[in-house]
Amino acid sequence: MQQNNTILIKGGRVISPKNRLNGVIDVLIANGTIEKTGKALNIAADRVVDAKGMYVVPGLIDMHCHFREPGFEEKETIQTGAQAAAAGGVTTVAVMPNTNPVVDNETVVKFIMDRARDAAIRVLPIGAISHNQEGAVLSEIGLMRRAGIVAVSEDGKSVMDSGLMKNAMRYCTMDDTLIISHCEDPGLSKGGVMNEGRISSMLGFKGIPKIAEEIMVARDIMIARDTGARIHIAHVSTKGAVELIRAAKKDKMRITAETAPHYFTLTDDIIVNFNPNHKMNPPLRNKEDVEAIIKALADGTIDAIATDHAPHTIDDKDMEFDQTPNGVVGLETSVGVTLTHLVHKKKITIERMVELMSVNPAAILKIDHGQIAQGKRADITIIDPSKPWTVDSKKFRSLGKNTPFEGMKLRGKAVVTIVNGNVVYEE
Amino acid sequence: MSLTIKHLLGLRSVPKEDITLILDTAKGFQEVLSRDIKKVPTLRGQTVVNLFFENSTRTRISFELAEKRLSGDTVNFSSAGSSVKKGETLKDTIRNIEAMKIDMVVVRHQSAGVPKYLTECTNAVIINAGDGSNEHPTQALLDMLTMRDRWGALKGLKVAIVGDILHSRVARSNMWGLATMGADLWVCGPETLIPQYMQEFKGVTYTNNLDKALKNAKVVMALRIQLERQSTGLFPSINEYRARWGITAQRLEKSGCSDALIMHPGPINRGIEITTDVADGPNSAILTQVTNGVATRMAVLYLLGGGREHAAE
Repeated sequence: MQQNNTILIKGGRVISPKNRLNGVIDVLIANGTIEKTGKALNIAADRVVDAKGMYVVPGLIDMHCHFREPGFEEKETIQTGAQAAAAGGVTTVAVMPNTNPVVDNETVVKFIMDRARDAAIRVLPIGAISHNQEGAVLSEIGLMRRAGIVAVSEDGKSVMDSGLMKNAMRYCTMDDTLIISHCEDPGLSKGGVMNEGRISSMLGFKGIPKIAEEIMVARDIMIARDTGARIHIAHVSTKGAVELIRAAKKDKMRITAETAPHYFTLTDDIIVNFNPNHKMNPPLRNKEDVEAIIKALADGTIDAIATDHAPHTIDDKDMEFDQTPNGVVGLETSVGVTLTHLVHKKKITIERMVELMSVNPAAILKIDHGQIAQGKRADITIIDPSKPWTVDSKKFRSLGKNTPFEGMKLRGKAVVTIVNGNVVYEE
Repeated sequence: MSLTIKHLLGLRSVPKEDITLILDTAKGFQEVLSRDIKKVPTLRGQTVVNLFFENSTRTRISFELAEKRLSGDTVNFSSAGSSVKKGETLKDTIRNIEAMKIDMVVVRHQSAGVPKYLTECTNAVIINAGDGSNEHPTQALLDMLTMRDRWGALKGLKVAIVGDILHSRVARSNMWGLATMGADLWVCGPETLIPQYMQEFKGVTYTNNLDKALKNAKVVMALRIQLERQSTGLFPSINEYRARWGITAQRLEKSGCSDALIMHPGPINRGIEITTDVADGPNSAILTQVTNGVATRMAVLYLLGGGREHAAE
């Protein structure tokens, strides 16, 4: 990924909240590094990018993705997932360990990192908490950490044995390894295919109640308080979960949280159409939850927007609603959906969006990204905030076409994606 | 007169006028069924596929008879299990069948939403014969026909449905249909067998108290209690269920509804949700429901099928 050419990004509005940059500033990239920032730079470069009217932001970081490799390459590979990320303006992703084999030892970590070397963007592995995600014994957390994982997670389920979860958290305090917690009590969610509520009652579907999520958020907060571990709550979908996290933050706990674009835009009312591309876990909730999540994104309770990009083949999703696997893709729509539904509607500022999609995920994962400053690696996303477009999964670079936003009219899109000083996507 | 709906997926959003038209048309077919030659030519040249992915005896036979009495050509396809288990997708199944030039599909499936999904996969007219716990619209229509025949009008009629409402597509279709028709519908059962969010069913009252549900009811419908629900922790025992929600002559008399029409969509667990003396008693309409099922399904097939231009002679 080495690049010796120089790039000058001219006339764009640089928004880098971490070092308080916000204004029309030029950025010069050389040797994969941000060489210089300043007003009206008059320097010769191999390439000049005219960014007038655009936002120039630190490369976006999506800390919750599924790239399916190894084991499910028909759904996505590290290469195709990285292409999708680049097209969505994302320069770094963290990928979940529910592959086949599960990422529970350093060999699999090294395999993913090896594949990631040729990818368009940075792909960082997350390890499983327990061996084969079976919830019985701990995986080789320390060795995986040394091999390059940025966090551990049992994503897809909770570690139900509270004793094992406590041991995992205590063990992780040694290296200050982040635990990303998927919160779901299977006793409450088993057999559920959508949110438990008015619509599930109406359609006769078994529901996944909100308390299935909230009980485990509460439990993991309690274990984290007891052990001092650093935890991150994945894909927050309910108002109750938001309130628990807010209270824990008030207590100065080391807790962070993320949500996904579908949780701040869509509700379970849409399930009456039985569209499998609206089926994910946790499921789409209600209006009050959407409103609480938007408020939490604005007030700092939720730290990050992550897509939970979960590609499936067309065949996987083209069948009976209750039989289809959970999950939707998100990498290529997150910028457009966030701009259209949060920034343009003045629910959050553009600065806050950059925090949620770059600065904070970098801080949570403890990686040296998330700001445009001299000497930093040149991961930069240029966004056209007003470009109108319509979501069309046929145009996705991801192998997964399972978007819940098909046909949605959006305003704003990533138009240039730069990783390590290389333009990896432009339109 | 014709229906506003193009398929019969459920009764949830079917307007009152459509329900009334189906019931009125079914009246005409009741008369046909009382003749010596119980056959009319209205579906001649039309092919109807009965696509049953779940075991069913009476509903499948009822549809098949209805199709034959309308002179339609019928084909039966039965297969238990989902796409995943079968190894062929539902879409492939329906497209293969459609390629053989068929006009209508009657479908039963264990997954809610399958009839709707089929409308997206094929151009055939789709009739829902039961999808998951969602809807079973022809059952509710035949129930309404049976109620209307006994009491004249559905508006204001107190109907009590007792049993496992949560898992019942019959209950859901009746809740939508009877609410649309303005009936005074009560549903009753143990709290764990009632949908948690009943407010979605506008115009339906729910109670756990059987005596309240039965009080002055003109129609009492018992639903089958699936014995395996007990093992999933939804209620303590069959014995407790029978004692609290079983329909007996004494309970009916106590609630002043000894003259209520007794209904059950079958199959019956005798002595559990309903005693044999009530199920076989003078007010029982359980077999009338079955007879009306054929007439109702004839009406639905006739009104949705290409036979629309012919009259029910």
